[in-house]
Amino acid sequence: MKKAIFLLLPFAGLLWVPLYNRHDPVLFGFPFFYWYQFAWVPVTSALIWMAWKMDRQS
Amino acid sequence: MNTSIVADNAAISVFVICFVATIVLGSTVRLWRPLLNRRKAAARHTEGEEWGLGGREFGAWVTWFLVGGDFYTAYTVIAVPALVYSTGGFGFFALPYTIIVYPFIFAVMPRLWTIARDGGHATAADIVRARFGSRTLELAVALSGLVAVLPYIALQLIGIRTVIEALGFTGMLPLLIAFISLAAYTWLGGLHAPALTAFIKDVMIYIAVLAAVIIVPIHLGGYGAMFHSATGHLPDVPDGHIVAQGQVVPYATLALSSAFAAFLYPHTLTGILAARSADTIRQNAVFLPAYTIVLGLIALLGLMAHAAGIVTTSSSQVVPQLFLAIFPSWFAGFCFAAIAVGALVPASVMAIGAANLIMHNILPHRSESVTGSRLAGFGVKVGALGCVIFLNAKFAIDLQLLGGVIILQTFPALIMGLLPLRLPAPALVAGWVIGSVAGLGLCWIDGLKPVHPVAFAGFSASVSTGLLALGINIAVTLTLGAVIRLALGASPSTLRPGSIRR
Repeated sequence: MKKAIFLLLPFAGLLWVPLYNRHDPVLFGFPFFYWYQFAWVPVTSALIWMAWKMDRQS
Repeated sequence: MNTSIVADNAAISVFVICFVATIVLGSTVRLWRPLLNRRKAAARHTEGEEWGLGGREFGAWVTWFLVGGDFYTAYTVIAVPALVYSTGGFGFFALPYTIIVYPFIFAVMPRLWTIARDGGHATAADIVRARFGSRTLELAVALSGLVAVLPYIALQLIGIRTVIEALGFTGMLPLLIAFISLAAYTWLGGLHAPALTAFIKDVMIYIAVLAAVIIVPIHLGGYGAMFHSATGHLPDVPDGHIVAQGQVVPYATLALSSAFAAFLYPHTLTGILAARSADTIRQNAVFLPAYTIVLGLIALLGLMAHAAGIVTTSSSQVVPQLFLAIFPSWFAGFCFAAIAVGALVPASVMAIGAANLIMHNILPHRSESVTGSRLAGFGVKVGALGCVIFLNAKFAIDLQLLGGVIILQTFPALIMGLLPLRLPAPALVAGWVIGSVAGLGLCWIDGLKPVHPVAFAGFSASVSTGLLALGINIAVTLTLGAVIRLALGASPSTLRPGSIRR
């Protein structure tokens, strides 16, 4: 169950566009829209990695 | 300013050296590969499985390079920045698309791999035939794959042609060079050629992109200044938004439908099925997103081109023009070679995936002949060449959009077929027919746009046409499936999946 939530989180975070469709706050010159989506790349990797570990334990 | 900058001899020489070296390495892979792993020299596979699926023995690293190499194509390097150049933030939907695809791969593809390994399947259509015991469904899935991948190969040829044209060559010559190099590379090397040269492509693309994302902002006074300057060249979006209100739903639905479609294509699935184990795929789902960072940086090139003052009406020339404008010419030549090699690798996997479909699923008698596969792969490439010659480049891009709609219609048979739903084959065939016709019809009505306006219960928005057609497909499949099950209620055994016909 927890595994399914891990795998569904990136869908929720990225497909609900109004969540991040804005310019501010800016980080290192990147508008929020851009750095928010970039940030999801390592977060997604980490979530899949945790799901993978749970697979191996069971 | 800066329109149509011409490359000099330094650029051309560097391009030729890098491009030719990669083709020679890939084509001669059979000669030098045994030197790398002598312990595995004993042939355990038929020559056909070796050519078409690399002997199903690619470990984590090779799979990473191969899947990354054929998923992130040269067309990506040209087209994504081109879209960002013309639409701004909207073109960035490629980023969420290439992120959410990985949880999907993690959940689905290991299961598909296991089924394929156990049954000795090499294509999506093989898997579907074994699961549902239906020759019609097998043909439907195989034809969808073939039709969808052909314009995709055409786009890779256009990618190679684009950079050769940027080097100053005109007429048919660039296309001829593109075609001959692709044909030699695939004919001789099989799947081992792209697998082992994918790393060359990646290293070259990484160098080119990293140089661009470091050098351009330095020229322009930092990323803040770059974003600010680019915004001035793009349509104004009110209220501090990046994507206009009307484009929010298209953004999300295009990302979702692209993610669902991405690994149904013959070439991406070939890369997955060639993995050594199901765990290799899970591991790759963790590490493949690294490519997505590079993709996002590549997308930013579209904004950088605005900031660097590139003005062009041919959007596919955005990236070549940017490279010529900001880099010394020898390095621009290197970057062009990176793009050309970046087209060769996926186009070759696509041709092999399509050849597997023809040999295994479309021809009336299944064949394992490697010469046959090579001829089929060559035929596919001639077809792609025909697409480029007889249709203009704009139409090739439209065809690729239609290809996405078509390939999505194999989702119910291939992916939902993994669920314990007991879908009857006739229902899946009906869903496929109605979904494909509806999707192509909507595209036609909308003038080949990827989204279709929908109004429902006071809510109106443009939704990805592929996703709409898939919805219709699934609805038809489930409804008909329920009806058929009711009608045959007394004898459910006739619907039991897994009867292999041949």
